[in-house]
Amino acid sequence: MARLQLRNLEKDYGGFKAVHGINLDVADGEFMVLVGPSGCAKSTTLRMIAGLERVTGGEIRIGDSLVNDKAPGERGIAMVFQNYALYPHMKVRKNLSFGLRLKRRPAEEIEQATRDVSNILEIGDYLERLPKQLSGGQAQRVAVGRALIKKPQVFLFDEPLSNLDAKLRASMRVRITDLHKQLKADGLQSTVVYVTHDQTEAMTMGDRICVMKEGRIMQVADPVTLYNRPANAFVAGFIGSPEMNLIDADLSGSTLSIGSQSLALGPAMLERLNPKAASALTFGVRPQHFSLVGAGEDNALEGRVSHVEFMGHEVYLYVNVEGQQMIVVVSATAYDRSKIQGDIVRLQPSQETAHLFDRKTGENVSLADLH
Amino acid sequence: MADHVLSPNLAVDQEADRILKAQRRRHLVSMVLRYGILAAVGLLMLYPLIWLVGASFKTNSEIFAGAGFIPHEPTTSGYVNGWKTSTPYTFGHFFWNTFLIVIPKIIGTAISCTAVAYGFARFDFPGKKVLFASLIATLLLPNVVTRIPQYLLFRDLGWLDSFLPLWVPSAFAGDAFFVFMLVQFLRAIPRDMEEAARVDGANTWQVLLFIVVPLLTPALISVCLFQFMWTMNDFLGPLIYISSVDKFPVSLALKLSIDTTEAFEWNRILAMSVLTILPALIVFFVAQKYFIEGISAGGVKG
Repeated sequence: MARLQLRNLEKDYGGFKAVHGINLDVADGEFMVLVGPSGCAKSTTLRMIAGLERVTGGEIRIGDSLVNDKAPGERGIAMVFQNYALYPHMKVRKNLSFGLRLKRRPAEEIEQATRDVSNILEIGDYLERLPKQLSGGQAQRVAVGRALIKKPQVFLFDEPLSNLDAKLRASMRVRITDLHKQLKADGLQSTVVYVTHDQTEAMTMGDRICVMKEGRIMQVADPVTLYNRPANAFVAGFIGSPEMNLIDADLSGSTLSIGSQSLALGPAMLERLNPKAASALTFGVRPQHFSLVGAGEDNALEGRVSHVEFMGHEVYLYVNVEGQQMIVVVSATAYDRSKIQGDIVRLQPSQETAHLFDRKTGENVSLADLH
Repeated sequence: MADHVLSPNLAVDQEADRILKAQRRRHLVSMVLRYGILAAVGLLMLYPLIWLVGASFKTNSEIFAGAGFIPHEPTTSGYVNGWKTSTPYTFGHFFWNTFLIVIPKIIGTAISCTAVAYGFARFDFPGKKVLFASLIATLLLPNVVTRIPQYLLFRDLGWLDSFLPLWVPSAFAGDAFFVFMLVQFLRAIPRDMEEAARVDGANTWQVLLFIVVPLLTPALISVCLFQFMWTMNDFLGPLIYISSVDKFPVSLALKLSIDTTEAFEWNRILAMSVLTILPALIVFFVAQKYFIEGISAGGVKG
């Protein structure tokens, strides 16, 4: 019953509006990731859910109850902070049990809960240590444990992995998703709202992802949909690595002109295209969705290679097409030097996976079912 | 071949040796010079204190005979007679009075200043800027300016000749310096721990008690130490508000022995002076590191 609902949620910092009336439903047991560049108000939103920031408009509901004016401790939430925020003067054991001790739970219950949580997170050996005697990864696990021990209705994570090194981050990522699955399987409350600026984290962890920009939600969808059917140019550019190439293009009939070059759109694209689409568009193709073709092939864009990066299993080509920079990723085996004359390359975009966005509004006009 | 290699090496070795020796000598000379000067200046500064301790064991006639501090005929009569005092009370009674002033004052200061500093450092409320500015303004206000209005106030409250005028201002965070010091210290502590505690279900006072106060401990110790020193040494406050001899703290009792005796028994006064500075001195040396921490608080604390 731990559904989380945000209704027209607003945050106004005396004149500066940080959050512009967002609506979001997080289902019971769902792992929802809020992602966006810095300054997109994802942390502010999370802190409002936690009760650490005052809500200036709209509603927050956890389960069935309106929590706008409840103290953080009464909302049934637990939060993991970016810098762990462990209590430095308490040993790990006391850190874990602080919330339960405040609630004056019986000693046996606290003892049992501490043992359970330390078993799950494998922190049993550190119970008598102070936070300063822990490594980053251990401290992070204790921070997660402190949230877990409260059996909250909703878990809130505020960029919990950003202070860890890349290797540890990957393993903690797996650990947290596993933990979520395990809680769900055990029938425990396990709704999660997870804030990150890292799209890899978002893609690998979230059941659904909410992409935010400047206090507005750009799109909420599962990772596959976000990747394959971005609602707008911002989501298209934010999700995926290296990021999608977005180049200015003009549509007339079924011909797309990019500078002095043109592409004839095939049925794969035309069927999806909104008939009301404006002619000033942005053509979006993921770096992986080009093929290098020879001089004879039609429907290809010609560009000048400015830079080549060999990554091992694939090759990144930096190509200048009509004055616009693009990245093209080809697998190392498909990278055929002979297809490149001098430094001129011919690229054929896959029209099945390419997108067209309205240049003015950024909206994706090549998603048939949305029209 | 060995000779060929050895002889130039020997020369180089000797040369290196010579340079090294010269370096060492220079180093030694500069060190002796440095420490010599430091010791001399240090001694100069400390000499009155050393003389005080020495003179307290001298006889009255010997005290003004010379500037040396070693007594020719050491005597503890200064201590024995000084302790008795010229009043019906022993000096121990005055010490007790001092602690009756100091201890409640320290406790009141620690509690009230923490609460006020927490409010200023962590909460937004209407008029906060004005209030904080006036707090800082009182820092710049000379104490003397407020003596008379304060005296009138306490007189009308009927608190004269009691410890209340000494306790109460401190129990209401009257010492702006301490509030300021704690605010600076708190500003340097990230808020995340407090937020985590709130999420854990702590209310404002629980956050203060269980999270903020432990984090604030070093600064609080400094506050207590400073308050201890200043109150121990305070002369004017007790002089103004306390009139009956049985409530005198040591600072007034010392003056008392000068006032009441026609021919000053200097060795008694000096002996009691030594006893008077002893607690502060001991506390200072034991807690030296917290003084430094307190003074540099906020600047480098991360």
